[in-house]
Amino acid sequence: MDSKENDLMFTLTHDDWSLHRKGELDQERHKRKVKEAIQKQMSDLIQDDSILTAQNGQVVKVPIKSLDEPRFRYNHNNPNQPHIGQGSGDTQVGDVIGKAPPDQQGQGQGQANKAGNAAGEDVFEAEMSLEELSNIVFDGWELPRLKPRTRRVLTTDDIRFNDIRRKGMMSNVDKRRTLIEAIKRQAMDQYLHHEQAQGTFKLGPISSDDLRFKTWDVIQKPFASATVLAMMDTSGSMGTFEKRIARTFFYWMVRFLRTKYSHVTIRFLAHHTEAKEVTEEQFFFKGESGGTRVSSVYQLANDIVQRDYSNEDDNIYAFHFSDGDNYDSDNTMTVKYASDLLDRINMLGYGEIHQHSRTSGLWDAMSSIRHEGYYYSLLRDPADVYRTLKEFFMPKDKDKASSA
Amino acid sequence: MHAKEYERLSRSIEEITGIAKSMGLDYFPMRYEVCPAEVLYSIGAYGMPARFAHWSFGKAYHRMKLEYDYGLSKIYELVINSNPCYAFLLDHNSLIQNKIIVAHVLGHSDFFKNNAMFSATDRSMLDRMSTFADRFHLFEHEFGEKVVEETLDAALAIQEHIDPHHRFGRMQGFAEADGLMKDVVSFIATNSRKLADWQREVLWMIREEMLYFWPQMETKIMNEGWASYWHTTLMHELDLDESDTIEFAKMNAAVLQPARGGINPYYVGIKMFEELERRHGRDAIFEIREMENDVSFLRNHLDQGMVEAMDLFLFQREGEYYKVSSKQAAQVRDLLIAQRTNGGFPYIGALDGDYRGRGELLLRHRFEGMELDRKYVQMTLPHLYKLWGKPVHLQTQVNGRILTYEFDGKEMKVA
Repeated sequence: MDSKENDLMFTLTHDDWSLHRKGELDQERHKRKVKEAIQKQMSDLIQDDSILTAQNGQVVKVPIKSLDEPRFRYNHNNPNQPHIGQGSGDTQVGDVIGKAPPDQQGQGQGQANKAGNAAGEDVFEAEMSLEELSNIVFDGWELPRLKPRTRRVLTTDDIRFNDIRRKGMMSNVDKRRTLIEAIKRQAMDQYLHHEQAQGTFKLGPISSDDLRFKTWDVIQKPFASATVLAMMDTSGSMGTFEKRIARTFFYWMVRFLRTKYSHVTIRFLAHHTEAKEVTEEQFFFKGESGGTRVSSVYQLANDIVQRDYSNEDDNIYAFHFSDGDNYDSDNTMTVKYASDLLDRINMLGYGEIHQHSRTSGLWDAMSSIRHEGYYYSLLRDPADVYRTLKEFFMPKDKDKASSA
Repeated sequence: MHAKEYERLSRSIEEITGIAKSMGLDYFPMRYEVCPAEVLYSIGAYGMPARFAHWSFGKAYHRMKLEYDYGLSKIYELVINSNPCYAFLLDHNSLIQNKIIVAHVLGHSDFFKNNAMFSATDRSMLDRMSTFADRFHLFEHEFGEKVVEETLDAALAIQEHIDPHHRFGRMQGFAEADGLMKDVVSFIATNSRKLADWQREVLWMIREEMLYFWPQMETKIMNEGWASYWHTTLMHELDLDESDTIEFAKMNAAVLQPARGGINPYYVGIKMFEELERRHGRDAIFEIREMENDVSFLRNHLDQGMVEAMDLFLFQREGEYYKVSSKQAAQVRDLLIAQRTNGGFPYIGALDGDYRGRGELLLRHRFEGMELDRKYVQMTLPHLYKLWGKPVHLQTQVNGRILTYEFDGKEMKVA
């Protein structure tokens, strides 16, 4: 536009900048790097408490170390290193400026960190919703050996009256609740006007504020196209470490199944010397104790499959985690029941958790099973959870790895 | 921006520029460009309007945009050291805000033109960077985005380790008394046996860009102080009504706000210039803006009176708190100088390109009181290995002990 040069030597212009998208383009490059970085540190990430406890829709912060631009720089967190600050007048020696981060690595940002770059820590935190993160975690995962099916209807709509509201259609008025509202209101009125002394209560007219309506949700009633049995050892020998590993595995397994498959039923089986079917909450949060008889859970699994899934095109998966601390005498039975189960279902994944000792009798027995639907994994430290998840749900990679 | 607003802005620029000229500011011809916020943020993220593509710029852009969207921070000004000098004004700014920015960037333009540190900078860098960007793009096309990105990652990891002072035309600079060659980038570009020609070219281009940016890094306090001094001075010469005066005061307070956990260069710079003008007159500060950089500026002029007036102090960790540990001018000054020395980067040079007689690379960190961040050393050495192709070593000092990091392509050793 305007560009007259003058003796003061300036011009003022107003160009069309709408095609200036450079920042956006490189932002895409950055996003791709974030995704790669997340995949690289996945085994640490999937054990992160802040992610394990996050709710759907919540934004999680993923600390990404490798996306800090590398360079030689000073250690600003050196506790012996003074920093320069600036006050608003009459600051005295000994004044407290802020709280220091709990440790030297300082993941908590102290107040002093916020203000300047002096004591700052530059760990990049990618912010994303739990769903976005889950999609990166589950990239390429699947339920292996799923039988294709054509015959069944997979979901069906159903109506359930399960909510009460103040507005609605007269045909859906909830008479009982409306009446209760009217009584409550009028009782309150009379109380306020000291009329209850007379000892009589007469129900007057029902006002529009008293009306309550039934309302409904359309629910999708799944016809399960796949069933997954989550089986976990809850005996006394499963310590904090073992439980944490098993639960982390099942947490991501459940999340994965619910994210990717809308027609999967998950049933939870817990066992010590006896096995029983429990709710999801009991499965994840209840501790048990006592001895172990691993065969019990496989027996229960066989019973459930025989009883509830007689169709030959049912897809059934079972995953079992234990510390392997089993009665030696029970190992043979366990292998027998596990083999029976394998003949009935698509896949069995067995994970054994050992922090210290090398192997168990159960491990020796279980790893002798040969069946194409059988996968097993030994977990020694938390980083093995992600490896195991990938071996179970990305079996193609496993085949490649084992043939390589 | 409406034609009418545009016309008013143009008249204001004319008025401010006239006053600046009459008060002795000696600036480059100015090119003001009105643009939307996103453009300002992307130029801010890249440091220049046209620069090569790299994810780190995308990261910076993303952060700046996020902070802008959430109202956490705002760029007020963006000005390019070039002849003519480009300055960007936000189309959403009020007239008074844009006036302040015009006054401020005239100060920068004067500083770019007259400060000795800038005398060797290429004033047509804008075009050259755009040419560089084309080269990088061509490389991406020819060798693949991934390889170019890896090379750039590595080059950017050491980009600060150049020799900003021209030494009789020698590319690598002279070896110093202790045998150190400061220009690590050119040392590697010249001596690495691993790099392809295009990769050497990448290093040379990155080095050229850093040489251009370097004077801005070593005059941060002075440059911002000078520009703030002038926007304050010029605005006082204008006839402002009450609401303009209030808005000016608000914006000025935001820009010059002291930072508690660090220092605000705008604030320290303007306070020092104001005090020096009070003591020695305006001619004296014109001379200072011509001759000095941050290190000499602080060493020659920051005294106890200024430290007290600005309430500068040292603080240190004591148990779980940060506490003020000193208000002595000498101590504050020494640390401030240490932080500003070498543009605020550790002084690292190349010592030997045939270390242990096996063609390995030895770098030395010249220890000046502040230790290196170990985590970052371990992140950076693998990039150097990529450029050098053989084991790389870095000597530094930790707890008074000489420590050598070695990365041989597989593992990191510290001895």
